[in-house]
Amino acid sequence: MTFLLAAAPVIPNFGGSSSSFACERANRLFCSEWVSRNWSTVLWPALRQHIVLTLIAVVLGFVISTALALIAYRRGWFERPVLIVTSILYTIPSLALFELLVPIPGFGLSRTTAEVALVSYTLLILFRNTLTGLREVPPDVRDAATGMGMGPMRSLLRVELPLALPAIIAGLRIATVTVISLATVAALIDNEGLGAPILTAISNEVFKTELIAAGGMAVALALAADGLLVLLQRRLTPWARAG
Amino acid sequence: MHNFTEAFKFIGRNGQIQGGPHVPTLVHLTLGTLKIAGIGVALALVIALPIGLWLGHIHRGSFLAINLGNIWRALPSLAVLAIGVAFLGLGLGNVELALIVLAVPPVITNAYVAIDEVDRDVVDAARGMGMSGWEILRKVEVPLGIPLIFAGIRTAALFVVSTTTIAALTGYGGSLGDIINNESSYHLSGVLGAAICIAALALLIELVLALVQRALTPRGLKLAKAEDQSMALAPLAATDAV
Repeated sequence: MTFLLAAAPVIPNFGGSSSSFACERANRLFCSEWVSRNWSTVLWPALRQHIVLTLIAVVLGFVISTALALIAYRRGWFERPVLIVTSILYTIPSLALFELLVPIPGFGLSRTTAEVALVSYTLLILFRNTLTGLREVPPDVRDAATGMGMGPMRSLLRVELPLALPAIIAGLRIATVTVISLATVAALIDNEGLGAPILTAISNEVFKTELIAAGGMAVALALAADGLLVLLQRRLTPWARAG
Repeated sequence: MHNFTEAFKFIGRNGQIQGGPHVPTLVHLTLGTLKIAGIGVALALVIALPIGLWLGHIHRGSFLAINLGNIWRALPSLAVLAIGVAFLGLGLGNVELALIVLAVPPVITNAYVAIDEVDRDVVDAARGMGMSGWEILRKVEVPLGIPLIFAGIRTAALFVVSTTTIAALTGYGGSLGDIINNESSYHLSGVLGAAICIAALALLIELVLALVQRALTPRGLKLAKAEDQSMALAPLAATDAV
């Protein structure tokens, strides 16, 4: 990820009274001049970092939970232990989980720590949806695939997984939006993403533009990501519309 | 591992800093967390349950109920709290308002789906037996919908507890989050101790609610579930944006 290491700590520069705009000095609730001036130095880098944080977490979570779901699909006993562990991870409040990971050797206040926590929140959602999707493939369809001479692997890849896609993508939508939301708290231990300007703004008593802008961007990002995944599902499952 | 040993010692001292000034005890802060979260969940239930149950009962408003749940997930709790505090100022009322905003949608969505999806034949049978709409809701639909209704309540409760601790970051104290927000006084061991307490509290609340749910679930429903194991793995309704 070296190309992203330019992620310097996000320090807003509205403190310098010499450079502040009239609306900053007047403490108006939303100062659009501030937004346009700090877009390229504060908000845009934060948004980019937020997207990267989310992508890494969702992709890793997807790989891990799909593997777990495939094992549980073949070996039923595997489901319960995975559900118990992922449910516990999912239940731990984000603030606590981030802090609990920090002292573990090799973690510290870093992106690794943030990603591990974010990934752990995706596991339950993705595992449960993928496994349910696979299990809900009608037995007749599976039999037909076998009857056509497909082996278990081919049947899985060509028939069962495609039919489970709506459930899998439903899981991805929930996981992605959840991660985008939780990644704002991750700024506490890994000072990047949209949480960083939010936390900076919270400590500022009077000037709230940064807070509203960054918070609004987090919501917009989540809604945009959700919309993109809906479009992806439409593309990947054209048969769903035909019905 | 040293840090974790120290964290448990911190918990053993009930949240006091060795050689430091007297600070609020862990028990006090845990009760504070429960108070803030409890008020939020209770108010959210008072608002959301009647709406969700009624919409499900009349099979109306699926668009509202489902999309509310979708938009809700997109709301980062930190941002909602921070924006609420920015607009309204710091105070218990405003924090509760943010908690309610975050807790109402999952309760409405789940209660709606729970009632809406009750087998129509069962409802017709109840009507045929002469039950009124209210009786059907109370004696048939709600008992059958308990698992999903509780799924919503549990999600909301978890979310509220989690957000209550995050509220400390916006400056609203009185919860276990205070310790995490104040590492300079409490040191890493205190922060870790508080994090352990928060995690334990959340797991405990989840466990208690699961037990309450089990006590409220009708016996017939439990038997049916035991037969049909696949029911145990309810899919997370992801909702197709219609």
